[in-house]
Amino acid sequence: MALEHADVLRAAHLARLGLSDEDAAHYMDDLGRILDMVDHLQALDTEGVAPLAHPLDATQRLRADEVTETDRRDHFQRCAPAVEQGLYLVPRVVE
Amino acid sequence: MQWETVIGLEVHVQLATQSKIFSGASTAFGAEPNTQACAVDLGLPGVLPVLNEQAVAMAVQFGLAIHAEIPEVSVFDRKNYFYPDLPKGYQTSQMYHPIVGPGEVEITLEQGEAKRIRVHHAHLEEDAGKSLHESFSDGMGHAMTGIDLNRAGTPLLEIVSEPDMRSAKEAAAYLKAIHSIVTYLGISDGNMAEGSMRCDVNVSVRPMGQAEYGTRAEIKNVNSFRFVERAIEFEVERQIELIEDGGKVVQETRLYDPERDETRSMRTKEEANDYRYFPCPDLLPVVLDAAYVDHLREILPELPDEKRARFQDELGLSAYDAGVLAASREMAEYFEAVKEACGDAKQAANWVQGELSGALNREGLAIQDSPVSATQLGGLIGRVMDDTINGKAAKQVFQALWNGQGASADEVIEAKGLKQVTDSGAIEAMIDQVIADSPAQVAQYRDAEPEKRGKMIGYFVGQVMKASRGTANPQQVNGLLKEKLDALC
Amino acid sequence: MHDKTLTELAASLAAGEFTSRELTEHLLGRIERHDGDLNSFITVTPEQALAAADAADATRARGEAGPLTGLPVAIKDLFCTDGVLTTAGSKMLENFVAPYDACVVERLKAAGTVSLGKTNLDEFAMGSSNENSAFGAVKNPWDSGAVPGGSSGGSAAAVAAGLAPAAMGTDTGGSIRQPAAFCGITGLKPTYGRVSRWGIIAYASSLDQAGPMARTAEDCALLMNAIAGHDPRDSTCVARGVPDYRTELAAPLSGLKIGLPREYFGDGLDPAVEAAVREAVAVYESLGATVREVSLPHTHYAIPAYYVIAPAEASSNLARYDGVRFGHRCEAPRDLIDLYKRSRAEGFGEEVKRRILIGTHTLSEGFFDAYYKKAQQVRRLIRQDFLDAFEEVDVLMGPASPTPAFDLGAQKDPVSMYLQDIYTIAVNLAGIPGMSVPAGFVGDRPVGLQILGTHFAEQRLLNVAHQYQQATDWHLRRPKLAEESA
Repeated sequence: MALEHADVLRAAHLARLGLSDEDAAHYMDDLGRILDMVDHLQALDTEGVAPLAHPLDATQRLRADEVTETDRRDHFQRCAPAVEQGLYLVPRVVE
Repeated sequence: MQWETVIGLEVHVQLATQSKIFSGASTAFGAEPNTQACAVDLGLPGVLPVLNEQAVAMAVQFGLAIHAEIPEVSVFDRKNYFYPDLPKGYQTSQMYHPIVGPGEVEITLEQGEAKRIRVHHAHLEEDAGKSLHESFSDGMGHAMTGIDLNRAGTPLLEIVSEPDMRSAKEAAAYLKAIHSIVTYLGISDGNMAEGSMRCDVNVSVRPMGQAEYGTRAEIKNVNSFRFVERAIEFEVERQIELIEDGGKVVQETRLYDPERDETRSMRTKEEANDYRYFPCPDLLPVVLDAAYVDHLREILPELPDEKRARFQDELGLSAYDAGVLAASREMAEYFEAVKEACGDAKQAANWVQGELSGALNREGLAIQDSPVSATQLGGLIGRVMDDTINGKAAKQVFQALWNGQGASADEVIEAKGLKQVTDSGAIEAMIDQVIADSPAQVAQYRDAEPEKRGKMIGYFVGQVMKASRGTANPQQVNGLLKEKLDALC
Repeated sequence: MHDKTLTELAASLAAGEFTSRELTEHLLGRIERHDGDLNSFITVTPEQALAAADAADATRARGEAGPLTGLPVAIKDLFCTDGVLTTAGSKMLENFVAPYDACVVERLKAAGTVSLGKTNLDEFAMGSSNENSAFGAVKNPWDSGAVPGGSSGGSAAAVAAGLAPAAMGTDTGGSIRQPAAFCGITGLKPTYGRVSRWGIIAYASSLDQAGPMARTAEDCALLMNAIAGHDPRDSTCVARGVPDYRTELAAPLSGLKIGLPREYFGDGLDPAVEAAVREAVAVYESLGATVREVSLPHTHYAIPAYYVIAPAEASSNLARYDGVRFGHRCEAPRDLIDLYKRSRAEGFGEEVKRRILIGTHTLSEGFFDAYYKKAQQVRRLIRQDFLDAFEEVDVLMGPASPTPAFDLGAQKDPVSMYLQDIYTIAVNLAGIPGMSVPAGFVGDRPVGLQILGTHFAEQRLLNVAHQYQQATDWHLRRPKLAEESA
């Protein structure tokens, strides 16, 4: 499956990675070769094979519905870049 | 042209768990910002989710309540997108294998007939945080938005209907039915004002008789029963006008503005969303064995439909009364307690829907906040039924109980001397006195045509009741008066 | 002191030959002298280390010492450490002081170990050479012109150089085994789910697994006793009893059935590496093992499948680095999208971006089935290859890497770098445990023998590795560091 320049830009936008045009061209080249390598998968017949998401056939354990966490806001916000009145600040979101 | 409206609803119900769906942080409403956002909720590097048992049980109970299939295996997926209130950059949800499969909800239409609305599926997911658009600044003059992640990770059950509704009224009835199911089950407080229940509405119109659906618009985040109706009514009208004027409905997300009573397009972002769903590798498939599901089925409380049917069949209530009384769990519980206390379902139904509901509406109170308890009301009805008091006195007793003047009907009756007088000797004495005091009226009565006398007796009844301070038995007064006056003629 | 194995150090501490403080001071001194050159640590924590050593000595004085009390370890800088800088080798987290401990770190602390600091790695564990670190490349202690391997390159180099007797690593596609091989130490990647991932900065969640890196299999067993076992905070961590990994070390190998996967001895394998591996296999035969060839027919699909699954998971796992709650945030963002795009463009390095882009692309609409679903189907076939092989043999053996450590800067093309992991990657897709043990040299660069077992066969692997180390001394060889040779 050929990779288009637009695919790289689209992926970069979806992943919120700022890329210059030069960057995009550079990644286009790398990504194209990685996808060529990945495309070897298409040679394999996997008809009827169930996808495997986890290496062990384990099932989800459930947690009792108990409040175990206490307020650690100040501790957690020590590593936050911008905080005011306990809120994380981001540039104005327009709805 | 005749148009048909087609409506589907996606209802988000916050589940009433103590802790979040994937973390041990509290879900309590109204805490200081970010004080209930733990490491997992914040999506700190290295944290992992573990699924809340109660969220699973609640979702399954909902499924059982709408007679849905409960698949043995359900899987959590990640829905990837960036937004400041979404800490991990993805929402953990269920795209391909939801916990609740197809089911159905019965609604009652205005004319009283029932309609089944199919539910496509219901899935578990985590709620996002909240953006607060107050006037923060970055110090360089840029306006900033504050993010509170207390709500992030609150369990949501998203209930997706089929496009089976054909009017705003049906949509509202469906939403009410969902509301009553989740509150009956006790899996949500159903508080729409606090956002415990939110709704996205898909609306389209098509010429009557056309098989294909029209292009739909999605109205996001409608948060009251009334707004759902009004948003749909506005949107239907907008779409019909648009098409009739030669335009086309575009598939888009719209917002309902209750102040202007209109829907408007949310500024469409430059890109179409591509959520890149894939199974969450941090969570394993949820497997529900039959014994577990059976257990949940066994402990299912009586549901609104079942209650309504029982009220009709066993208690002999009318369909209307049964519907009103079964609509909310609180109402039904109150009614049943009153019935228990007085022993008569019809009387209990009349009082709950009449005097009590009127008083609650006037004061804007919910039934669970009623100043008159079900036991008090039941006691009062009992005293009417055993003729201890008459109807008029009963209203006085009710008012006194409402105002907190007395712990029981009996106490009020005693204190105010409202006990009905049924001793005919005492009543005859009062009648004799009234006749003696009213010679002019007696003369008029005597002179009147016999067929007009019936009306004229009212004056004497009123005087006797007044003399008894309302405690005389009105039927008895009437009968005795008639005898005595006619004897004078 | 620094030439001793962890097990020997434990005995010395128990015998009172020296204290944990003396040992810790000695190692901190070595780090001070040698690590400027090696660059195996991103953060050294002398104060915390000495405090922990004193506490350990006090514990011992009270007679309450356990098997690991007072033993120094280094921690890959992918594990969150409360109050200590935790960078994941990324500019994105260059100022991130973690507010909590990873489960492995908690357990090591509880066992009384002394953390010397946080070791260098490829950014977010993405790489096979340690050259993708925002904090500079790590040198191979055996040859300063060679890479130490990756992504746990700092941990491997620190142990090989005698800066730490043991270290914690993580392995998503070979990140414990390949650097262990390149640096001539012993490393174990446990079964997926054997060790909790809580607090390990995620790269690819269905593949990541933490494990010990040390001089000997016996040392790895000692560490596994401390770190393995159920953790209710990690849904993928299994609730299954943990054996004492040391009890079976001495079991004889007679009757052991070894399989040599045909596909692990094919094109691209350095003949000198092959010779060393075959020689190691011959040692096993001399210990009573039988050897047969087996096939893992889907081996060559492992790298393509991995480069769909791992980047897809990574693209999602790394979305949380958005400049809002922690991590790098660009200067004066104009708007929200600018905040995201610039913070992430500035914070992530090239390889990380490459993998995010690949993962985002392969998950996007229209590509999901062809890539992601297909890769997961292939993943099942790959796991089945191993399960079938383990019906016939007890362990599989082969090289950990097709070549010894390559030169710094030698691998410029990402795809050819990826192909280096041909022998390690399938193991993570299958979730089985694997080890690398020192098995000789090509020139002055070590060769690693890889030993694989079925799910939860760690005890057997450690036994098989330990018996080899009783019969050989490759694991006892030490590189001469610059200052020492001068």
